[in-house]
Formats: sequence, C-alpha cells, structure tokens
Amino acid sequence: MNLIKQAHQFSQRALPVRDPNFGKPLDTSHGPILYVEGVTVSFDGFKALNNLNLYVDDGELRCIIGPNGAGKTTMMDVITGKTRPDEGSVYFGQQIDLLGLSEHQIARGGIGRKFQKPTIFEHLSVYENLELATSADKRVWFTLTRSLSGEQKDRIGSVVEQIGLKPELYRPAGLLSHGQKQWLEIGMLLMQSPRVLLVDEPVAGMTGEETERTAELLTSLAGKHSVIVVEHDMAFVRSIARQVTVLHQGSVLAEGTMDQVQNNPKVIEVYLGE
Amino acid sequence: MLTQRLLLSDRGGMIVLGLIVLMAIVVPVCNLLVPSDSAFHVSTYTVTLLGKFLCFALLALSVDLIWGYAGILSLGHGAFFALGGYAMGMYLMRQIGDRGEYGHPVLPDFMVFLNWDSLPWYWQGFDMFWFAALMVLLVPGLLALVFGWLAFRSRVTGVYFAIITQALTYALMLAFFRNEMGFGGNNGLTDFKDILGFSITAKGTRISLFVASALMLILGYLACRYIVTSRMGRVIVSIRDAESRTRFCGYKVESYKLWLFVFSSMLAGIAGALYVPQVGIINPGEFSPLNSIEFVVWVAAGGRGTLFGAIVGAFSVNYAKTLFTTWSPESWLFVLGALFVIVTLILPQGLVGLFDKLKREKKTESDNSEESTESKEAL
Repeated sequence: MNLIKQAHQFSQRALPVRDPNFGKPLDTSHGPILYVEGVTVSFDGFKALNNLNLYVDDGELRCIIGPNGAGKTTMMDVITGKTRPDEGSVYFGQQIDLLGLSEHQIARGGIGRKFQKPTIFEHLSVYENLELATSADKRVWFTLTRSLSGEQKDRIGSVVEQIGLKPELYRPAGLLSHGQKQWLEIGMLLMQSPRVLLVDEPVAGMTGEETERTAELLTSLAGKHSVIVVEHDMAFVRSIARQVTVLHQGSVLAEGTMDQVQNNPKVIEVYLGE
Repeated sequence: MLTQRLLLSDRGGMIVLGLIVLMAIVVPVCNLLVPSDSAFHVSTYTVTLLGKFLCFALLALSVDLIWGYAGILSLGHGAFFALGGYAMGMYLMRQIGDRGEYGHPVLPDFMVFLNWDSLPWYWQGFDMFWFAALMVLLVPGLLALVFGWLAFRSRVTGVYFAIITQALTYALMLAFFRNEMGFGGNNGLTDFKDILGFSITAKGTRISLFVASALMLILGYLACRYIVTSRMGRVIVSIRDAESRTRFCGYKVESYKLWLFVFSSMLAGIAGALYVPQVGIINPGEFSPLNSIEFVVWVAAGGRGTLFGAIVGAFSVNYAKTLFTTWSPESWLFVLGALFVIVTLILPQGLVGLFDKLKREKKTESDNSEESTESKEAL
C-alpha cells in the first residue's frame, strides 16, 4: 500500500514545464503581433502565395477577403506551420520565428485556428471537446495521470456560456447543429487562450440569426485577442470589419476600411470582372 | 472514484470481467475437486484450451486498444505476441538442463544438433525467470518503439501502416525460420519440462497457468480502461477522429501514438509469454501474417473500440474455430472469410453492437434519459 502511495506521489511530482512561448517573450511593442513578409508558396509552379506581406496588430479584428484561389487558406497554413513557404518570413511578435516550428508548438504558443469545415470531435461531448482544447500540459504522461484543475474547469464553464452552448454541455458534439458546431470550434480555440485566432469562413452555411450571433461573438473577442477572419459573405464582413485586406492571386491587392476597399477600382475589377 | 471510473461506468465490461472471475474460480474447482466421472468435471484439456483463449483475449485487448481507440490498424501484432512467446520459450528451454535428448548440460538440443559449442550471447540470462519476464516486456516494447517511431514520425497512417506491419511480421517469420538465427528454426522451441521448478505437464501447473492468464487479462483490462478513461484516452479518440485538428489543439500526435503502440505491444508480449507454456511450443508459424489478420477479425467480430468486445470476440471466434476444426479442418478458412464479410457488411459494431441494438429496440424511450445521466456521472 505504501508503495502505491509512493508511486502516486511520484506520478504527481512537478516536472519542469517547457516554456510555451518558445523561450522568447512575445514582443508586440511596435504594434503588430503577426508579421508575414515576402512569403511565396508554390505548388508545382503555381504560386499560391506570391510575395505576400501582411501585418496584424495586437488586439485587431482583421477580415481577409478575396476570390477563390486567392491564397487565403494557404496563408493560414503557413502561419500555423502546416505548409512551409519557399521564401519569406513569418514572425509572431518581433522575436519569435514561426517557420521551423511544428503545428503543435505553434498551437501551444498561442496561435489558434478554426477550419473552414467545422472539425470537432464528434464522438466526444461538448465538455470533452473543450477539455481537450484547454491550455494545460499536453504531454502524454500528464494527460494519462492528471485531470484538470478546478481553475481550468471553471474556464470551461465560462467559455461554454460565452459560446451559448451551456444547455448542450453533455451532449455528444456530433448531435449539434451546424451553427453550434462552428461555435463549439470557436470555443475550443478560446480554451487554448490564444493571442491570435485564425478563423476560416465562420458563417458558411449558417442561418441569418446564427450569423448575427457569430458576428457578436467575434467582435467581443477582438481587443483581448487578435482575430483574423477569412470570409466570403460580404454582408457579414461589413457587419464586423474595421480593417479589410483583399487578397488576389497570392498577394495583397488592397487594404483599408470596408468602404475604401469597396470603392477601390482594382477590387471592383477583380470581383466583377472587366 | 477510480472504481467508478474503471468499472461502474462500464456495464458490459463488468459483466465480462465477472464472467472471467467466475471462470477462474469454477474451472479449477471442477478440474481438481470434482471426480473425473462426474458430469461437472472439467478435463485438463479443456483447462488448457480455456487458458489459451484467455491469452488470445489479452492479445485481442491489445489490438483493440490501438485499432479501436487510436484507429491504428496493426496487422503485425502477431510479431509482438510471438516475441513475448519466444522470450518465455527460451527460459523454458534453459530449464530443461541436461534432460534433453543429447544430455548437454547447458545447450538446448537443436544447438547440439547444429554442432554449436557454446550458448550465443542473446541466450545468456534466460535461465533466470525474472530476466526472461523482463524480456517478455522489453523485446516487443523496443521493437514497437523503434518501428513506431520511424512510422509515426513520417506520418505513415491507415492502410500503409497496416501493410508495413504485415511486412514486419513476415520478415521476422522468415528470419526465425533460419536455423542460424539460433531459435530452433523450423521446429521452434519445444519439449519443455519445468516452469519455476514445477513440472509443466502437472495438473497443478496447468491450473496455475490458467489462473495466471485470467489474472493478467483482468489486470490488462483495467490498465486499458485506465488509459481510455483518462484525458489521454480522449486525446487518442480525437486523434482517431480528426488527427490534424488534434495537432492544432497543441498535441504532439506522434508521441501519443507511439506510447500507445508500445504499451499495446507489451500486452501482446505478455499474452504470448502466457500462451507458450500452456501449448508447449513456439515456432515461427506464430509470426505468420495470416495470424495477425485473424486477431483483427476477433476484435471486429466482438466489437471494436469497447475493450470488452475484444474479449467477447476472442472467445467466440476461437470457440467457433475449435468446433469447426474438429468437425472439418478445411472448412475453417471459409468460415473465417465469411465471418469477415458478415461482420463488415451486417455487424459493423460486432457482437457487442448487436446486443446493444437488441436492447435498444426493447426500450427506446427510457434509454435516452439513462444515457444522459450516465455521461454526467462520468464527468
């Protein structure tokens, strides 16, 4: 019995925690939290991104629009470590170089991503989905031997209220409606306490009311987090956007407020054709 | 807390474990105490047969853990099973001592036959039980560690992983067939005499091995339950369902797969080590790729991703195999093939799923409310 006790104590001992911020502080003293500079990605000669430059300020809500194939998703792949660019640099703050880090390191370090298609874990309940995303130690041994602290559980409680899924907390996530799944995924992003949220087409397939609620949710997140939203739905972009960036053929075509962008002759040409 | 988590929230598992405990008590009693002319007597042949099934159930458990929960289809678990078996076989060979055909004090018969004059380095230490027991865990575990590290790091998944595991077990089979490997070649290791000083054919030893197998199965089941009900278990399920999403949640998917694979290979090794003294032989045939496919069929037939389903599957398929092979040996392969087709087409959830479906049809209404309270309790 004593041996079991000792083994238990051994399993609960504090292991050195690796710095989630890549060993360097996140330095946003010059304003931007994300620096994407001169990034080029080509697939078999086709340039998905072509010398792309993009700066996103800390706490900003940025919308990125552009026709199909403009490179919006590729850009997210580059930032989150899924795709390595051929040229260019991506910095998180002024000091942290994101190129060369793997997906899980970038995710742990504070950049969360929501996919175009809602990807949640359908076999797990809403609670368990949020629990998985919680920013806790994510190494094998910890997940095997420890459950979440009370503080982390409280955080699940507050996030679930924020995304309006409290009545569904113990339902399997696979049974949620399309809109609810999207919110759950945003909630999972929040559980990671990220500094930057990358949100890919959050309102695709949503009803008008759901779209409205999503707009509210995203605007409420800006300030505490930097939020980058990629979206096709112009009405939605107009309702939330302060700064809009238009991508075309892998590089930035125009940048500014929604009105500036919509009156830009180059943008009109790309969207409406010659 | 822990019993709630491991047992009470898992009704099917409790029933299956209960049956195994019952079997571990009733079978020895009926074998040792009931006179052999009574209708309730269990013959030693049956004890050994059931002991074999218990080992297979442990093996099926290890396959279900990685296939059912992590979605990694390993068609090479026969390799880990056989390596565990060989480690035990080597211990048993060393226990023969000078009682072999050729009467050599140290060398096993097949080495004398090959004109070897000393024991190869990798046979050293196997005269000690603790060392052999350690190797039962370490050899399969190490192979899984190296193989898994290479495979998971390169993100080999799905059918490609299944194919290379088949290649692994096939390669090992060919290697172990060679006499120069020093594992008895074609004939393998056999003619065992003693285990831990007890005669291996004695009734008492048979019963002890049977009970040990039952205990290991129960322990293995609880260990697997501990893993799948922990936070790690939920990470594993999410890797199965959406691997790349799990990565973007900040989990290093490769590490999770690797440790689960290593643990599973060790379970398979233990199953092999308990199997060998009961059947009295281990030969390269155990590495045969077909065997590994059969293990997966047990799990599929029992019900994937439930753990106790694997035990049910191992028992029922092997019982059917015993029946069919005594009735007409050639028919078994056809039955196995048919089973595979039937399970895939009609019973994707296996026997366990069939029970559940029958139960649900009986009471659709009350089930819903029960399920929701159950999941609340689980939290």
